Amino acid sequence: MTTTTDHHDHDHEHHGPAKGLTRWIYTTNHKDIGTLYLWFSFAMFFLGGLFAMVIRAELFQPGLQLIQPEFFNQMTTMHGLIMVFGAVMPAFVGLANWMIPMMIGAPDMALPRMNNLSFWILPFAFAMLTSTLFMTGGAPNFGWTFYAPLSTTYAPPSVTYFIFAIHLMGASSIMGAINVIATILNMRAPGMTWMKLPLFVWTWLITAFLLIAVMPVLAGVVTMMLMDIHFGTSFFNAAGGGSPVLFQHLFWFFGHPEVYIMILPAFGIVSAIIPTFARKKLFGYSSMVYATSSIALLSFIVWAHHMFTVGIPFAGELFFMAATMLIAVPTGVKVFNWVTTMFRGSLTFETPMLFSIAFVVLFSIGGFSGLMLAVAPADFQYHDTYFVVAHFHYVLVPGAIFSIMASVYYWLPKWSGRMYNETLGKTHFWLSFVGVNVTFFPQHFVGLAGMPRRIPDYSVQFADINMISSMGAFLFGASQLLFLFVVIHTIVAGKKAPAKPWEGAEGLEWEVASPAPYHTFTTPPKID
Amino acid sequence: MPTKLFRRGMLLFATLLATLAQADLKLNMTRGVTDISNEVYGLHMLIFWVCVVIGIIVFGVMGYSIVMHRKSRGAVADNFHESVKVELLWTILPAIVVIAIGYRAFFTLEKMYDFDDSDMTVEIVGYQWKWRYSYLGGDAAERVTYFSSLATPRDQINGLTTKGENYLLEVDEPLVLPIGMKIRFVISSADVIHSWWVPQLAVKKDAIPGIVNESWTHINEPGTYRGQCTELCGKDHGFMPIVVEALPQAEFDTWLAAKKVETRKLAELTQKDWTYDELMELGESAYVKNCAACHQVDGSGIAGVFPALKNSVIALGPVEDHIDIVVNGSRNNAAMAAYGAQLSEVDMAAIITYERNAWGNDTGDVVTPVDILNYNAGQ
Repeated sequence: MTTTTDHHDHDHEHHGPAKGLTRWIYTTNHKDIGTLYLWFSFAMFFLGGLFAMVIRAELFQPGLQLIQPEFFNQMTTMHGLIMVFGAVMPAFVGLANWMIPMMIGAPDMALPRMNNLSFWILPFAFAMLTSTLFMTGGAPNFGWTFYAPLSTTYAPPSVTYFIFAIHLMGASSIMGAINVIATILNMRAPGMTWMKLPLFVWTWLITAFLLIAVMPVLAGVVTMMLMDIHFGTSFFNAAGGGSPVLFQHLFWFFGHPEVYIMILPAFGIVSAIIPTFARKKLFGYSSMVYATSSIALLSFIVWAHHMFTVGIPFAGELFFMAATMLIAVPTGVKVFNWVTTMFRGSLTFETPMLFSIAFVVLFSIGGFSGLMLAVAPADFQYHDTYFVVAHFHYVLVPGAIFSIMASVYYWLPKWSGRMYNETLGKTHFWLSFVGVNVTFFPQHFVGLAGMPRRIPDYSVQFADINMISSMGAFLFGASQLLFLFVVIHTIVAGKKAPAKPWEGAEGLEWEVASPAPYHTFTTPPKID
Repeated sequence: MPTKLFRRGMLLFATLLATLAQADLKLNMTRGVTDISNEVYGLHMLIFWVCVVIGIIVFGVMGYSIVMHRKSRGAVADNFHESVKVELLWTILPAIVVIAIGYRAFFTLEKMYDFDDSDMTVEIVGYQWKWRYSYLGGDAAERVTYFSSLATPRDQINGLTTKGENYLLEVDEPLVLPIGMKIRFVISSADVIHSWWVPQLAVKKDAIPGIVNESWTHINEPGTYRGQCTELCGKDHGFMPIVVEALPQAEFDTWLAAKKVETRKLAELTQKDWTYDELMELGESAYVKNCAACHQVDGSGIAGVFPALKNSVIALGPVEDHIDIVVNGSRNNAAMAAYGAQLSEVDMAAIITYERNAWGNDTGDVVTPVDILNYNAGQ
């Protein structure tokens, strides 16, 4: 592969960023917007994390010590909403903004002004959502799944702000997704054929289609709530002829693809990092593409596995059980491919690789418990217990979030032009790795032993395990302060990074200088 | 050095395991006390071991690569990156494994969905934050219906006294069931969604307003089995446990007969002449049990969420309005349920009398059970 970066390095001056705050407000540059998304997500990660610390502090011992049940419910709700919509999703959109144009040899995203809008909606959406904490009646307290009628007839008045915040987040996500699709479909450099696309680009393309398919459903469901609350309709109100179960079908029709929206880009990241540090091509590239597509398609026909206990008919239980178990097949293919990529490679273990290996192992554990949960008769015992909490935190924290951390360490040299401190990075990894497992592994046990989720207090038999879990959570929380320090330290005082800091890395993003110039690939690169 | 670290790590791990074993912690699903719960346990262990075997193979290969194929050992990367045969194999094999598990699960699920030929039916209705049990069938006038709510004192929850053995898993009146009989449950809710779960029966079914769900159990051994609500249902979701008392048939029959007598007596109590002191005494306990979760023991409510009763328009205003909001609930705030369907006339009269005279409200009003009956008749 050859590029023509030298050509536009000297007219960089003319096209440099504006100075001051307006640079960030008016920017249409994919790198600036990517940076905004990533910092925003980082801030939300700490806010959502703070709520998690409050939850774990209250659960440190049986009894009510620090907060009252109504505030506890607000904390679990806000923690879930902020982490899902504020931390994980914007982080992936930020990575897409930074990396997709550079990976496909495009000068920018296809729709730069919309790109600006889709980011700048978010701070307002989350300011609105967070402000509910200070309202009379408190913040939303009905869980991030906001089941009706707890979230409609019985909701605090702040639910209306919650609904509008969700609308804004949805609009932002849909615009982001349209932009990703338009960019990938139209702006690939000549010769960047479909089966040459980096897997991160592939997984994001599929994710974007999922977003476009399901975010309108979420918008619809919150609009129906709004109508029920303020305009006298009865979509979810049994007394008026509606059904609370309708809410769950609609929510999970959005919700299940949503969890894949949070994991497919992670698959792409890990598929980039493992080959780099194994110094060996990714095993089974085409099967990775097909597996990702299969997972995305299957995600539309499994939603009711979240609803095995609502009383769906026998045939429905069988269908959703079977469809869910099938997802294990393409997911297994991906894990086998990563392991085979490492097999007979030439491995080194820099921080991004450590996070990626931990991703594969711990995501697989989350996948195993997912397979267990798919078995409907057993799910009657697991459902809504800490077993489920352990399951989805295993796929989301050492899954999605570890992949984001891996990509920060992997691409930070490209973004900032500076190397992070390897010792600090590895320390951050090991603290997080231990913290996450001490937090969530014991929750499997306490769930199997019978502790329901979303309770502010529990019977004394669960005390020991909850204390261990809380200590793990404090460790994990504290180690993220180290992460923040590492990132700032890199930007301020890191050693200069070369254009390609990783020996085994492949891809167009490594062909431009570090830090990446403000404009890259204004002339498309040639791809053999 | 690494081996020393490794040995220390193993030692720590072993100590941890030993501590866990000593603490006699429950770390796994219960086998339970029904045929179904035993089958579910078997299914759970089957999938668990399947996952363990897959995990050992996959992580084994990965661990081998991590140890043997590291660059620092001089490993040189191979360049294979495709193999249709291998890829087909690890697509088809797992598919067969999951189909086999699904096939096994089918039969258990089929049994769990067989609600026919039951010997008796119990209706379970979820309320914020308690359960109502009714024994269906027989003479409607002496149908046994009662509420079951948390019995753990607030002082234990707030850490003022030592927590008991069954902290948060004890109720004032358990659901009493006979062993050796197929008992059908019909499950619903009066407000938000709850979920009725007793792990040892392997029964978990959502209680949904406007929908009647079915489930069943057949208990093999007498005993006390505890569970909890498992669907977030608001503030006191963590404080609405379930206790099932399983008795041999003869003892159950005796209990049910006694309960029927009690039901008839309660109807008679309604007609009795109640004094102010009797109503205040009963009213305080009934208030603490049914109202204090929201309005608080001292009637001060929670600002912005649950209105205060102390010095309130309702408690100091016309008696009719007070009776109306207790019997029919609030038209403006769904959190104030219609207690006419939940409480006896005696309890409602006592509570209203108490609310109108406690905490310095001092209206001097006395509301008797007959007043409630008359109010209902006039509606």
